[in-house]
Amino acid sequence: MSSTATSNAITPDLIIPFMNAVTQVFQKMVGVPATVQKPYLKTQTASTYDVCGIIGLSGQVAGSVVVSFAEAAAVNLVESFSGTRFKVSDPDFADAIGELANMIAGGAKQHLGGVASISTPSVVIGKGYAIAGMSDIPCVVIPCTSPRGDFAVEICIKRHKAA
Amino acid sequence: MKFLLVDDSKTMRNIQKKVLSNFPGAEFAEAGDGIEALSVIAATPGGFDLIMVDWNMPNMDGITLVKKIREKDAKTLLVMATTEAEKARVLDAIRAGVNNYVVKPFTPEALTEKINATLAKAKAA
Ligand SMILES: [Mg+2]
Repeated sequence: MSSTATSNAITPDLIIPFMNAVTQVFQKMVGVPATVQKPYLKTQTASTYDVCGIIGLSGQVAGSVVVSFAEAAAVNLVESFSGTRFKVSDPDFADAIGELANMIAGGAKQHLGGVASISTPSVVIGKGYAIAGMSDIPCVVIPCTSPRGDFAVEICIKRHKAA
Repeated sequence: MKFLLVDDSKTMRNIQKKVLSNFPGAEFAEAGDGIEALSVIAATPGGFDLIMVDWNMPNMDGITLVKKIREKDAKTLLVMATTEAEKARVLDAIRAGVNNYVVKPFTPEALTEKINATLAKAKAA
């Protein structure tokens, strides 16, 4: 018998911390205000946009967080964040996308309750990136808008509750 | 003032560098993980005045790095700059020997203030 029970419901207490983290990261470190829209359940496996920063969460809250940008938005927002306008192929561009994802996932983590660790970021650039192995977890998309372009935060996480 | 910036994100190191350049005589060295930081420290005879340490990094994380540094160096100022904000993590870092703790995301003003506070506290000690 397992000593833990898993809750598959993705509830507001798992989503709101990410909405707040997006606002904080963009206000404090990108210098561009980001507005979060109404979250919706993700029904397709492909990522919302082409440029994705991915963070894994493990522990009492586990799964993945993907920050997905339209390419033009990614280039503009990385410029605001880093102070340099990079080509998508530049390693520094991926570095900046990864650190934005790191701060959004890390900023939310403290408010998710329970002990969890975050992975170092992976960055994937290309159309239709699909997140593998998440079929048992409902995913939520938080659409975000900013004056320099749109992006989305995709959360596929579940909570492991102590029995 | 000699700074070592340890973070796996070059973007983050550049942002810190920009802010810390305002400190008199600021000089910088950088490392992308704990292991690289230890070799930079070993190769720098005069040492550093202040080391900024990220928590989540590949190869060797920041908390391990802080413990390794503190095994033989009680003096160099260590400031953790990380997204890790849970009380337990902050306490772990303090127990490991950091002088101050900055939570990412931070504004340039907030980072400057933390560094000023760290230097003032060290001077008073
Ligand atoms: Mg890091």
